[in-house]
Amino acid sequence: MVVASIVAFVGALTAPWLHRWLGSTAGWALALLPLGLAVYFASLLPDVVEGQTLRHSLAWVPSLGVNFSFYLDGLSLLFALLITGIGTFIVIYSGGYLKGHPNLGRFYLVILLFMASMLGLVLADNVVTLFVMWELTSITSYLLIGFNHSEFRSRRAATQALLVTAGGGLALLAGLILLALMGGSLEISELLGQGQVLREHPLYLPALILVLLGAFTKSAQFPFHFWLPNAMEAPTPVSAYLHSATMVKAGVYLLARLQPALGGTEVWSSALMVFGLATLLTGATLTFRHTDLKRLLAYSTVAALGALVFLIGLVPLTDYYAAMGFATFLLAHSLYKGGLFMAAGAVDHEAGTRDINQLGGLFRVMPLTGVAVVLAALSLAGLPPVLGFIGKEVLYVAALQAAPAWMVGLAVLGFAAGAMLALLLVVPFFRGQPPQAVHEGPPSLWLGPLVLAGLGLLLGLFPGLYNPLADAVASAVKGKAVAYHLKLWPGFNLALLLSLLTVLLGVGLYFLYPRLQAWMAQEPIPGPENAYVALLRGLMRLAAGVERLLQSGSLRAYLVWTFGGLVGLVGLALFHGGVLLWPAGASSPKLEQVLLLALMLLGTIGALRLRSHLAMVVVLGIVGAGVALVFLLQNAPDLSITQFLVETLTAILIALVLLQIRNIGSVPRGRWLDKAVALGFGSLVTLLMLGVLAQPLELHLSQFFAQKSLPEGFGRNIVNVILVDFRGLDTFGEITVVGLAGLGVWALLKRRQREERP
Amino acid sequence: MEILLSFLVGALMAVGVYLMLRPHLIQFLIGFLVLGNAANLLIFTAGRLGSQFPPLVQPDGAVLEPYANPLPQALILTAIVIGFGLAAFGIVLFYRAQQALGTLNAEAILEAPEPAPAPSPVDEVREEVAQ
Repeated sequence: MVVASIVAFVGALTAPWLHRWLGSTAGWALALLPLGLAVYFASLLPDVVEGQTLRHSLAWVPSLGVNFSFYLDGLSLLFALLITGIGTFIVIYSGGYLKGHPNLGRFYLVILLFMASMLGLVLADNVVTLFVMWELTSITSYLLIGFNHSEFRSRRAATQALLVTAGGGLALLAGLILLALMGGSLEISELLGQGQVLREHPLYLPALILVLLGAFTKSAQFPFHFWLPNAMEAPTPVSAYLHSATMVKAGVYLLARLQPALGGTEVWSSALMVFGLATLLTGATLTFRHTDLKRLLAYSTVAALGALVFLIGLVPLTDYYAAMGFATFLLAHSLYKGGLFMAAGAVDHEAGTRDINQLGGLFRVMPLTGVAVVLAALSLAGLPPVLGFIGKEVLYVAALQAAPAWMVGLAVLGFAAGAMLALLLVVPFFRGQPPQAVHEGPPSLWLGPLVLAGLGLLLGLFPGLYNPLADAVASAVKGKAVAYHLKLWPGFNLALLLSLLTVLLGVGLYFLYPRLQAWMAQEPIPGPENAYVALLRGLMRLAAGVERLLQSGSLRAYLVWTFGGLVGLVGLALFHGGVLLWPAGASSPKLEQVLLLALMLLGTIGALRLRSHLAMVVVLGIVGAGVALVFLLQNAPDLSITQFLVETLTAILIALVLLQIRNIGSVPRGRWLDKAVALGFGSLVTLLMLGVLAQPLELHLSQFFAQKSLPEGFGRNIVNVILVDFRGLDTFGEITVVGLAGLGVWALLKRRQREERP
Repeated sequence: MEILLSFLVGALMAVGVYLMLRPHLIQFLIGFLVLGNAANLLIFTAGRLGSQFPPLVQPDGAVLEPYANPLPQALILTAIVIGFGLAAFGIVLFYRAQQALGTLNAEAILEAPEPAPAPSPVDEVREEVAQ
């Protein structure tokens, strides 16, 4: 199994080269990859049907319990077969549908990567592996939906799908980690045995909500259903694959997989049943708004996903009908939906339109596609003798057994819309005249629909073929062994009556459809997509607001944020860290020094009050000279001399420039915010300094310099020896900096002279 | 003495930040230099005061105790000189900005018309050297 998934990924990477090498036949050649995988998984069927499970593990981060571990039981095997089996026909179909497309090589690469990710997702046993694969499907589906990346609508649909599903993926990650913490293992196969512990854990509800968020976004459940119909912007092979076997089934898979561990509580069943039913009805209702084949099919997928989630919610409430119904309906839907999408694409490809009102008489010119559509539509309508009929029958039996009557009634309504859609799809093949010059497409276009729809018929006529695997799937979903005899003809019962009612309702709806459609398509219906758009807009506005606030381009704003932030954060740390200390053992102040400090303070503040530009130079002069005097009084003669020289030069320079500038403007009054920030910063520095002074002083280095200055540096001025000898390289850097500053000054002034010369 | 200086350094820092927040760039520069001076004083005080003698070695090889801590002095000396380099460059830059843009008000500069692009100073220096 590990090898199979590695083969899937590596095989996908070779696709662009194979495409370049083989040209238009590459689709057939590349289909060998999913076909080979499908054959491999089919070879595992006998073991799995007998109730065996296979597990392979490859250490990834063993210290954290993260492994590439894979687990195969009935449920994952059915999904693996669907992914690889339908994938085979999708790849063949892509070769015909996108023939001559300049980016076909890239398309093969991404769709095969998508298949490999999906395969990894349904096989994964470790929750981390599962999450990685889950996100890989989100990313690759983003690339697939946005394949026509020059179209704005494609890009928007792709981004929407990515944001919704990857956002849900984040919730899922949190949920899975919670589950792993609660159950004490990262392996799903081990968590499944911990159901009792998980359900009684106080964190059960938050974990459940997070997992449901992940699954509902991925499987387009209400109110996240809106991304799926928009994803119709993708090329048809992508839609067919996404809707039938992959992507949207990932959430359903996850729910079914975790059912034995999380199911069995009231909240689980009611949440799944209510949201499933709401999704079923949303999909059914929105069908009425469209006449585009792909859109119609998309909403029917939404409805079918709702039905599947509804069934999973029913599983703990019934003995085995719901689990069995899930196993049957899942397969039936994958087969007919894959076939219908590919057929719709073929019609679009040959006839140039997907509008059901403009199509007609197609059966005569596209007989093979027509047969496929009729068979698949039978399954969609839930009519005998195809698999869809059995699936819907078992679903009704399960619903009648455990769901309240009003839910059953709503489900019948939802399925009636499916029956209506089936009629809508079939009628254009028989009524009216075919458009000019339409003919059957190449084999690559009709092979897939025909085989998938034929499989639906075969399994409907001989359900015993599927029965063993269905038992294994139902056992995995139920959490204990299930054996049920699938029959095409169950005899007369209430479920059959409901089926009859569904079909009659469907036919009735079909005749109402033109009027309903015209009425419903008139104005936009507010839906959760509006919330999505509003959320995105709000996010952009927030980002713009933050940018205006922090990146205003105003020097003052930057400084206020920097100093204010510094005061806030460091101040907080000071108070929390308890480093507010008062130094002990400081040297006693001398009178002349105290006088000097007082003079500096008073002089500075006095000059500030003058609010003239020249007075500001005086501030600088007072501070500079004062500091120099402090150095002098504290036995630092070198510093004092340098400081005097530098301050004098600086003051002269600034004064000269001030004299040169004519319209200098006045000095505005300080704002209270500036004063507050300045005072806050000053206080912070004082507090920090007091804290520093309260610590013992490390004199080791200073003493070393004092001792070695004469014997090793051959100088008696310790400060000078440090500068030119012990730390000579520092001084060299300093000289470089000053030299560069000088060069800069020279260049700036030179340029001015040159501008004035001509 | 150290405690008094802590408060003085805090006050000078406040003055420096206050001046930096003024809209006029000359005041910003002066504030920046005041801040630098306060920082130097901070380092100096952190090395402790109260010495009797400068850090000089007597001809006989002994150092008169208690001598001033030489390490902060060396660091500050470097800082003063670098500070001067910065001050000189800043002053000339603002002087040129005033000539090119007609204002040194940091808010007004944002709205000032873009000056005509001139050859880069590096090219000019290169030319100068070539001559």
